[in-house]
Order: sequence, then structure tokens, then C-alpha cells
Amino acid sequence: MAAVARFLIRGANSKLSVPGIGAGAQSSYGATLLKLSATCNACTKPQRRHVAHFTFQPDPVPSQYGPTQKMNLFQSVTSALDNTLASDPTAVIFGEDVAFGGVFRCTVGLRDKYGKDRVFNTPLCEQGIVGFGIGVAVTGATAIAEIQFADYIFPAFDQIVNEAAKYRYRSGNLFDCGKLTIRAPWGCVGHGSLYHSQSPEAFFAHCPGIKVVIPRGPVQAKGLLLSCIADMNPCIFFEPKILYRAAVEQVPVEAYTIPLSQADVLQEGSDVTLVAWGTQVHVMREVASMAQEKLGVSCEVIDLQTILPWDIDTVCKSVAKTGRLLISHEAPVTGGFASEISSTVQSRSHKLARSLPVCCQSYAALPLPVQSGV
Amino acid sequence: MAALKTMNRMYEVCFNAARQAAGLKTSRLIQHRSFRISQPFDSSLEKPQFPGASAEFVDNLEFIQPNVISGIPIYRVMDRQGNIINPSQDPQLPKETVLNYYQKMTLLNTMDRILYESQRQGRISFYMTNYGEEGTHIGSASALDPNDLVFGQYREAGVLMYRGFPLDLFMAQCYANADDLGKGRQMPVHYGCKDLNFVTISSPLATQIPQAVGAAYAFKRQNMNRAVICYFGEGAASEGDAHAGFNFSATLECPLIFFCRNNGYAISTPTNEQYRGDGIAARGPGYGMLSIRVDGNDVFAVYNATKEARRRAVAENQPFLIEAMTYRIGHHSTSDDSSAYRSVDEVNYWDKQDHPISRLRHYMTARGWWSEDDERSWRKQSRKTVMEAFEKAEKRLKPNPELLFTDVYDEMTPTLNKQKESMWRHVQQYKEHYPVDLYEK
Repeated sequence: MAAVARFLIRGANSKLSVPGIGAGAQSSYGATLLKLSATCNACTKPQRRHVAHFTFQPDPVPSQYGPTQKMNLFQSVTSALDNTLASDPTAVIFGEDVAFGGVFRCTVGLRDKYGKDRVFNTPLCEQGIVGFGIGVAVTGATAIAEIQFADYIFPAFDQIVNEAAKYRYRSGNLFDCGKLTIRAPWGCVGHGSLYHSQSPEAFFAHCPGIKVVIPRGPVQAKGLLLSCIADMNPCIFFEPKILYRAAVEQVPVEAYTIPLSQADVLQEGSDVTLVAWGTQVHVMREVASMAQEKLGVSCEVIDLQTILPWDIDTVCKSVAKTGRLLISHEAPVTGGFASEISSTVQSRSHKLARSLPVCCQSYAALPLPVQSGV
Repeated sequence: MAALKTMNRMYEVCFNAARQAAGLKTSRLIQHRSFRISQPFDSSLEKPQFPGASAEFVDNLEFIQPNVISGIPIYRVMDRQGNIINPSQDPQLPKETVLNYYQKMTLLNTMDRILYESQRQGRISFYMTNYGEEGTHIGSASALDPNDLVFGQYREAGVLMYRGFPLDLFMAQCYANADDLGKGRQMPVHYGCKDLNFVTISSPLATQIPQAVGAAYAFKRQNMNRAVICYFGEGAASEGDAHAGFNFSATLECPLIFFCRNNGYAISTPTNEQYRGDGIAARGPGYGMLSIRVDGNDVFAVYNATKEARRRAVAENQPFLIEAMTYRIGHHSTSDDSSAYRSVDEVNYWDKQDHPISRLRHYMTARGWWSEDDERSWRKQSRKTVMEAFEKAEKRLKPNPELLFTDVYDEMTPTLNKQKESMWRHVQQYKEHYPVDLYEK
């Protein structure tokens, strides 16, 4: 898996250095990656099919958390991990290839700064990574596990669903693995095909006991990731990998948290509620301005942020106002999380139930082939 | 030091260094180990330079033959009559310790008989006995520090028994009554105890193996002189998680003992359908792990091996694998009739002629530490204490139904709260259809 992934990473050797973190580990590994990628023409020449399907819109600069710095999404993840390792001596980061900085550069410099017993590679085995992380968390230490791509989280499904999610409940709260956070790159990336594009959040949404969180940009990524790490429940944090480099905005340097299970109303409107998460939020924002321009329709745009347990109240309140709901996600439609949202909103809005138009906009119920170009 | 010799031997097999004598000191082993990693690169030599292994070239074609006919020997301290075979291996435990071993093993056996019968009568829903494996539990548990964290499978109740888990709490768990520390949520025999450092059992096999590795890694970082022991059956060792755990523990250098109970069966599946290598112990060296095979019906052999593995695991931060050979005398569980796949004669041999309890009793009798009278009065007393706990547990109410909704997360979510309220409304309305009187209010 990792080997396949390595061919996918373009210019993995970032020139951008993360503030507050020592010199990036520009290891020979990184150089090799770059060489490998350079031989791949399709990767260096921007082609039509690599044109982004969205435009990232930075958030207003947050002022309440002190000084900010320009960061892209992978740098804001590093910054969150840096803050955690600095403040929590029990915290460890592990996974495949995290030691040299990670195939997406999210852990660059951390091993040099905090030591190889705190940032280390594991053998290439996802069920082992999550099981190991659960064990670390059972002792009360903070475990931050990385699964290289969300597509490869399935070998750890048993450890996540049967073990991590049920640890506290089944032991009567004698034991728990609340200090476990699993991070994984997520969503389509333009050319990732079947196994570097998946959005598996709905598989996990059916599992009580875990939290599933997806940010839309660098500011949310850092704040939500720090909340996941601090949260006393096992969390899965999906990082939209297409935003790792594309999304750049001002991010507070110090640690701050954004609450879980709270949706973010990005734009108020009165005619229709648009709900999405991750990259798709930016698509919905664009749709909202198109609707306003071309149809004179006022859209309320909501970033759900936490898939499980999700913020039912914010969505229902919005729909009670607008009377219409459109949910959009990259994942396949059948059994997608939009089904849960739409049925919940319909059941909670009794008066609206008959007239409430709910539309789920998502990709076809297909594995995502490389030809799709998205 | 036969135990040590065997371990060294295993180590050498692993690194193909048969020229080293059996009496290697620990420090030399470690040097040898690091040598392998830091071998200098020199392209001028006609020597293999592959980063993946440290080995010589060979110019004839030869496949490595697995040695399954004459496997890893089974370490033993006393024979079936309880005689110490090699005095240098006698742990020379004091009388009180040995009596405690015996009483814990027999108490577990008594509890097993009573709870097994109670399941047959429909008084509890499920049970799994420990018949024939009592020695592996007590022998290993006694070699550990009470602070060492235990991850188990489900047939290790003797470890909890040794650590002093009260009969009342064993029963409370099986009855899922209001005293159960697990709040009545899991099937019987899924024990757990925070105070006794025994991590709550779960049904999915082998999942605890990589978890134990993570806990051991965290202990290593805490530097508190703590080890982790992880029990599993030979069937569970076929799971992918076992592979994950073995490999992670070696590469991440964790103070951990893997303790495999090889009792010949995984439900109905005999070992020849489970694996074709030399059992589980032979896999250890493949992962770079010191390994040993012991007679699981010999409590002293189990004790010695665990004691030494524990000492070295903590001192050297490396994992050890102990495969205890034993025999599952009872049915797999109360949902299984083992006569459907194995002969009664086979079971009888182990029950009557090679049993951990009777072997220890021979040992005690030979020293004049235990008599027929002692046996009679202890049987009577242990039966009485078990029955008392049993009756008490049976009378106790079940936990408050509210507890169905707590601990899913650390805090109750609004959705769960709504579902809880909805349950109460429903139960109020249709209470005649629910056994509300059996539950705490």
C-alpha cells in the first residue's frame, strides 16, 4: 500500500517550512520520492483533468487565539501535532512513514524536535497500528495514529468498530481508549482512482462509540484535530488531501480548539439549506453564489464538521427556517451519510415532512475510477 | 539453566548464528543484535549487501526445511508424579506459596463446576470452563508483578483468581447483576478489573494482542518497571492481529510476554487444521523474538519461564513468547459438545493421568504438605464459599436500565439522551411486557 502511495505524492519534499518546528527533515527518502515523481510526466505537466473542481475560500483571519501565520492544511496539521507533543509528554505519533515527515509532510520535523520514541514508524500493517494505538491509550497516554490513506483503514475496521468504539462501554468504564486519535488523508484528489480517493465516513457513522470529524480548511483542521486529541473518546480525523497544499490561510500558531459535534453555519440564507463537509463545503459555497446570481435564491451553507455524533439541532433549525435541504458528499449515494441526515431531518420536522424537499447530491454508487478525473 | 539455554537456542536459530555457544550472556546477545543493524556498507567485498537481511551467499540450491517432527522441546520441571526432575530447576517455592497455588487452582475448578452446572440449568446464559489449564494461569500469574498489565482471551480466569478477584465479582459478571463492574453489558466470563490490572475481556479473538503491544510501549516510555502479559489460544494465533502484535512488539522493542495456551483445539478444529509449522513457539524466532515451549500442566515450569521472561522483558525492552502445551479437558463452552469431534478416551487421559492440579498435589503430598484430610476439608470449604457467592449473586437485582445508555461515550450525547427518554416512555406505557421488577430502580 505504502509503495503505491509513494508514486502518488507530488513534490513531497516541501520547501515550505512549518513555523515553530525545527528544520524539516529533508531526508534522502524525500529526495528519492521527488526523483520518482519527476519521471512521471503525468504528474509534472498540469493537465486539464487536474484542474480543481472547487475554489478554496479562506476563512476570515481568527483574532481570538493570538498571532497567526500563513499555513496550508498539512502545515496546520503539523502545527496541531507540534502543540500536542509540546504540552503532553505522553503523546506519541506513529504510523507508516511518519518518521521522515510523512508521505504528505504532515509530521515533518516532529521526530527531530521530540525524539524517535515519540514520532516513529510502525511495520506496514493497519490493524496493528490501530490495535497498538488502542493499547497506548488504555494506559492513559495520548496516541495519535496515522493511516496513510483513508482507503486503507478497512484492515483496521475490526479494531475500530469492535474494540476502540466499545472499550469504555463493555468494561463499565473501567478501561477506555479515549486518548486515541486516528488521522487519515481522505477524499478525492483528482487522480487517486479506487484506493486513493475514498470517503469512508458513512461506514463509521454506523458505529456508536467513536467520533468522526472532517475539516474544510487549515483553521478548522488545527482546531478540530486538537479537539479530537483532547477528547476523551476515540476519534477518526479525516484530512481532505486535495486541500493539503491547495488551502492556505492564516492559522493561529498557539493551540486552540473548535468544538466537536457542532456544525458551522458559514453563510446565512432563507430559501434553502446546503449541507456538506470537507472539500465539498467549498463546492456548496460556489453553488450558493451561483444560486444567488442566477436564480436569486438565498442559500444557507452549513459545514457539518463532525459526522458522528452530528449536530442535528443546527441542521434542523436551519431547515425549519428555509424549508428546503440539499446535502452533498463525495461518497457513494446508497448508504451515504446524507441518508441519515435526510431521514433525521424529515422525522424531526413533522410539520414540514410532507412538503419538505430533500435532495442528496453525491457521486454515483460506484467505486471511483481514475477516468472520472475528479 | 535449561530454560535460558533453550531461549538462547531459539535466538540463534533466528539470527542464523549457530556457532555461538549456548551460554551467551545477555549483553553479548544485544551486541549481536545491534551488529546486524549497523553492518557497514562495503561494496568491494563479494558479500551480500541487501538491506533486508544479514546472511552469506550459498552456491547450492537448498530450501529451508521446517522442523516439525522434532520440534522445539517442552520445558518441564516436575514429572507426572510431581517429582522434580532437575534440582537446579526447582524454584524452591515456600510451602505457603505452593499451598496458595493449589488452593487457587482448585477453587477455580470448583467455581467452574458450579457455574457450568448452573448454565446447564439455565441460570446463567453462557459459561466457559478452565479445566486442564489451571496450571498455566496460576504459574504465570504468580511470576508477574501485581502492577503488570494483563490482556487475556477468555480462558484465563485463574489469573484473576490468583490476583484476588473476589468470587462475588466473578459471579456478578456471569449473572450480569447490579454488582458487576462491567454493568452487566457483556456475556458471562468477560471479566475485567482495573484495580487488579486485568483488562476487560472481549469476544473478538486476538484483538488484544496488538493492544498489549501498545500498552507495553507506553510502559516502556513511563519507565516504571512494568511489563505486559498477553494470553491467547493457538487458534487465535492464526488471526492477522497476532501477526501484527508479534511484529510490532519486536520492531518497537516492547517489554511484553506473549503467552500462548496451546490446548490442541480451537472449538472443534484440531491443530493440524490450524497450522503446519512447529506450533506457535516456532514462529517467535521468525519475528526476532525469544521463545520457549513449556509443559502447561507443570505449574513450576510455567512459573520459571514466565519469571525469567518477565525479568528480561523489562530489563532489555524486548518481547518474549511462551507457548504452554496443554489440553482443553472441558468443552469449548457451554454451547459446545466436544464429543462430536474428539474421543472420550483422549479427554480421560488428560483428566486422569496428566492434570496440573493432580501433579501439584503429588508434589505436595510427597513433602507432607497436604493430606487426604486436608483435601476433604478444603473441598468442602471451597464448595461452600463458591455456593454462598453463587446464591448471593443469583438473588441480586439487575443493573438500572439507564446504564444501557451510559459509557458509549464519556458523556451522554443528546441523541442517546433522547433514546433513553424514549425507552422510559415506552417502558412506562407497556411495563407489563417487561421484567421491570428484576432491575434496580
